[in-house]
Order: sequence, then C-alpha cells, then structure tokens
Amino acid sequence: MKVEVRYFASLREALGGAEAVEVGAGADVGALRDALAARGGRHAEALGRQRAVRSALNRVLCAESATLHEGDEVGFFPPVTGG
Amino acid sequence: MTAASGRVRIQHEDFDLGAEVARLRAGDGGVGAVAAFVGTVRDRSDGRAVASMELEHYPGMTEAAIEAMIDQAVARFDIRAARVIHRIGELAARDQIVLVAVTSAHRGDAFQACEFLMDYLKTSAPFWKKEATDAGARWVDARVADDAALARWGIESGNAADAAPAPLRPPGP
Repeated sequence: MKVEVRYFASLREALGGAEAVEVGAGADVGALRDALAARGGRHAEALGRQRAVRSALNRVLCAESATLHEGDEVGFFPPVTGG
Repeated sequence: MTAASGRVRIQHEDFDLGAEVARLRAGDGGVGAVAAFVGTVRDRSDGRAVASMELEHYPGMTEAAIEAMIDQAVARFDIRAARVIHRIGELAARDQIVLVAVTSAHRGDAFQACEFLMDYLKTSAPFWKKEATDAGARWVDARVADDAALARWGIESGNAADAAPAPLRPPGP
C-alpha cells in the first residue's frame, strides 16, 4: 500500500518536502521510519535512531506504534520549537 | 479551522494585542478577567546575536492541534473565550511571535488557562524556528524544561527527550 510522507524543518531541508512511499500491509510508523533510514545516505542520517524524530499520522502527533493504512499521511519532523 | 471558530489564526502579519483583547471581550458582560501572553523574538540566543528567524509549520495540522488544546482548556478551566494567534515566516528580532488571550469571570481561571495553553503549544504544536545568527543559521533546539512545564498539568510530552545535539547537514550541491 502507498502512504504520503511529509518532512518538515531540518528533515525537509535534508530530504525534500514530500514523497509517496510503498509499505507492507500492517506496517506501523516506526517500521516506515526504519525502512526510509535503511535507504542509507541522507535518509539514514536524518531518520536513523541516533536522531530525535517526531511523527504525526494524518496530522495528529502519534507514537511510532501507530498502524498505517492505504493513503495515510505521515509527517516526520524534529522536536517542535514554536511559541 | 480559523474560519470556523475564529479561535486560532496562523498568519504572516503582525497582531495588535489591544484590538484582539477588545474583540475577545466584545459583547460579553460576564467577563471579569482577561489574561494575555505575548511571546517575542529575543535579539540574543545562546550567546549569539539573532537578527531574524524563520518560522515553519505543518499547515492543517497546526490549526487542528491548537483547536484541540483550546477544547482541553475549556474542559479544564471556567473560561469564556480564548484566542491563539501564531505568526509564521520571516520575523525580525523583537517582533511579536505568538498571542494567547483568555477571558473568564474571575482571574484564576484566565491566568491558568493562558499558561496551560502556552505550555501545551510549546511542546505539541508543529512549529519550528530557524534563527539567523552572527554565526550562521541554525534550527532552535527543543527544551526539556518545556516538557516539564506541561507535566505540571498532568500531560506528558516527550518532545525534547533524546534530542540529538548534532546539527543535521543540509544537502550539498
């Protein structure tokens, strides 16, 4: 199935704004992150487990255990710093 | 979103504290207290002069997240109205960044709801600041102290937990 991945802030600078990604049925957000990091290069550096990365599923903050469904929008970004 | 309730506005333009408070109180004779917080851009950060900053957000998620925070504030405190305005884009040192304003019958609920909303926003609304300093541009780091501030309200945030200090390199040419 396909999901839409969006990046923000330093992750957007490193990886671009958005991409469509194919994931296996039943995958969760953490598995998607790991699959992206496994590409190596910039993706490994930006999304690897050495990084503090936060995620949102369909525009709501989520844990990496959140399960993905066809057409979901997943946001990856650094810790937020507004206010 | 903004048009639906008028409670949340994400905008490039500056805001006028007096005008916003007047609008929030208008027509409500039961208001006995107004608490408002304005966050501004410091001209120094971690020992560096800051000339300006760029504020990025996650359109669509930001508005919904803050609306949900206001719903929580309404459930927790006896408040009459609330307004949150957050600016995005390029801001100069000393510019206003954010406004949280709350009305209530008595001061306690207005003070508390205002602080609650700011604490919540700091850790859970998808904004990111990039400072232009005399040593170059840098993304601002999240602060563990902000997670602790939210914890006082019984809400856990791991926003700043395990934040890596190493800067992420932008893609090379």
